[in-house]
Amino acid sequence: MKALAWHGKNDVRIDNVPDPKIINDRDAIIKITSTAICGSDLHLYNGFTPGMMAGDILGHEFMGEVVETGKGVSGEKLKKGDRVVVPFNIACGNCFFCKRDLYSSCDNTNPNAGLVEKQYGYAGSALFGYSHTLGGYAGGQAEYVRVPFADVGPYKVPEGLTDEQVLFLTDIFPTGYMAAENCNIQPGDTVAVWGAGPVGLFAIKSAFLLGAERVLAIDRFPERLALAQEAGAIPINYEQTPVQDEIRAQTHGMGADSCIDAVGLEAHGISPDAIYDKVMQVARLGTDRIHVLREAIMACRKSGTVSLPGVYVGIVDKMPMGAAFGKGLTLKMGQTHVQKYLPKLMGHIQNGDLDPTFLITHTLPLEQAPEAYKIFKEKKDGCVKVVLKPHTA
Amino acid sequence: MSINYTPNTNSSAQTADLPPTATITGKGGHPNVSDTERVISGVAGAVIAGYALTQTKNTLGTALPLGLLGGYLLYRGATGNCPTYTALRTGTGQQTDSKIAVIPEGQGIKIVKAMTIQKPASELYTFWRNFENLPVFMKHLEAVTVTDETHSSWTAKAPFGQTVSWDAEILSDEPNKRIVWRSLEHADIPNTGTVRFEELSAGRGTAVTVSLEYNPPLGMVGAVVAKMFGEEPGTQVHDSLRRFKELMETGELPTIQGQPNGVLGRNKTEGMA
Repeated sequence: MKALAWHGKNDVRIDNVPDPKIINDRDAIIKITSTAICGSDLHLYNGFTPGMMAGDILGHEFMGEVVETGKGVSGEKLKKGDRVVVPFNIACGNCFFCKRDLYSSCDNTNPNAGLVEKQYGYAGSALFGYSHTLGGYAGGQAEYVRVPFADVGPYKVPEGLTDEQVLFLTDIFPTGYMAAENCNIQPGDTVAVWGAGPVGLFAIKSAFLLGAERVLAIDRFPERLALAQEAGAIPINYEQTPVQDEIRAQTHGMGADSCIDAVGLEAHGISPDAIYDKVMQVARLGTDRIHVLREAIMACRKSGTVSLPGVYVGIVDKMPMGAAFGKGLTLKMGQTHVQKYLPKLMGHIQNGDLDPTFLITHTLPLEQAPEAYKIFKEKKDGCVKVVLKPHTA
Repeated sequence: MSINYTPNTNSSAQTADLPPTATITGKGGHPNVSDTERVISGVAGAVIAGYALTQTKNTLGTALPLGLLGGYLLYRGATGNCPTYTALRTGTGQQTDSKIAVIPEGQGIKIVKAMTIQKPASELYTFWRNFENLPVFMKHLEAVTVTDETHSSWTAKAPFGQTVSWDAEILSDEPNKRIVWRSLEHADIPNTGTVRFEELSAGRGTAVTVSLEYNPPLGMVGAVVAKMFGEEPGTQVHDSLRRFKELMETGELPTIQGQPNGVLGRNKTEGMA
């Protein structure tokens, strides 16, 4: 089959590789119909994520059709012909954490858990296509993919919905939604969102779904601020407007009820030096990541919530802990428990509450993935989100 | 994660699980190494010590352990006394009465590791009690053969591609709760330990705790060398318990062995380092 393989910094190629096969009983093989490039894939592309090996197949936002299941997957859960979306994190469904719907904390899916334990004490779930530190599983920017623990992750797509409508359920929609849910939004609330990229935009839409009265969107890219405005947010261009003053004014002196730091919008990696990735990423936006976290803590009202959908991976310097403590803030963060949110968010899409297709700017065949990475990285051509089609010959 | 091993300094709460260490002392000053072995030991010791003295680079990494090893073997050759044999109450110079080779006071290395597993104690105990299952999740074990109700033979991988083996007996077996074992005479690595299965309250699963005491070949020098080569037993026990948990909770071990990679891909292995 054809697959997008990582070969080094700024070097991804379409390789011909053997088709994946069932290895464990709970595996399934999925024929991929649509797969997206995530901002976090750029960390790998930029060559700063450790634990990558030449030939690794990338991609963690994908969906398709089940072509084979292992003998440990019951037909009631998943069978040949089912059309499914696949969460980016791999969860076993059996451990302490999975039983409590904390799927991204799954104990049992990373064969290299020891590498993470050295950094964090305990290891979370494995991810598709995201370094050997996070399991080394081949990703879904390919014609086919092996999905382990397929009786837990893949979620069937109801009839009548297109790939484009449901593809982002694999990652960025649930990630934006969990960020908003973590804010415990009450009637009349104002939510401030830093970063109007894909996760920030989904956080904005989710905040409204959860009852926010107003959402403020902080960014500097006009096309992103325009998308935020279309989603109903009040845009704040931090290059033109002092953010703290503006949030104070917009909230009549109160401060934002909750703040979402979605600047690390690509941050699904927890690899040991991904902090360096974040610094690089944020430098591209013209500020730095810790600056945004600090700004969110300062702008939040007393006893409010600061929610971090992005991932912090290393040591944070000069964190205003006194302000967070003095104001009695709640800080919520972590990888998204995608599996937990799928039924509810699929329902929102079916009901027409939210149409995720607004993000897609490019749809290309898989063969053009190396070019797509380049366009996406350089934000050329108004690129916000690329969808790849592996089987359009 | 720090390597959790501590020299066995004294009895503590953690050693309560370990079988009592018999106190048998060597017969003061009597050679316990056979003549043939004394010659071999002496020559080998001289060669190794000589080699160590020629090492000018990396003295701490290579010359020091080699020098210690060489000196130790020279001492055995010259005196006919092997401190390790004495300690283990065994030897090649004369027959000892003891059939067991446990660890003398002050010489073993002790490891205590625990893992909470979401399965009933009975299920975990039953799987573990059939020792022939253990190599499935203990990567360092090559094979275990159960010879009778209480006896078994073990072969494990050692550093530098070697293997070590020992026979073991069960000292105490409380179904669904506890298994206590010790190695028998002539064990390459004398060891003794306990595995406990305790169901926790409020449906929190079962705590599986392994307390293991072992006497590494060449004592602490051997332990340090083994650690340098990434095969420190504390890590082995922890990794084994994690794999036991994975297997028991999910029915399989997570793996990427056999998946495709791109054209420049090489054979991937888990645990990259």
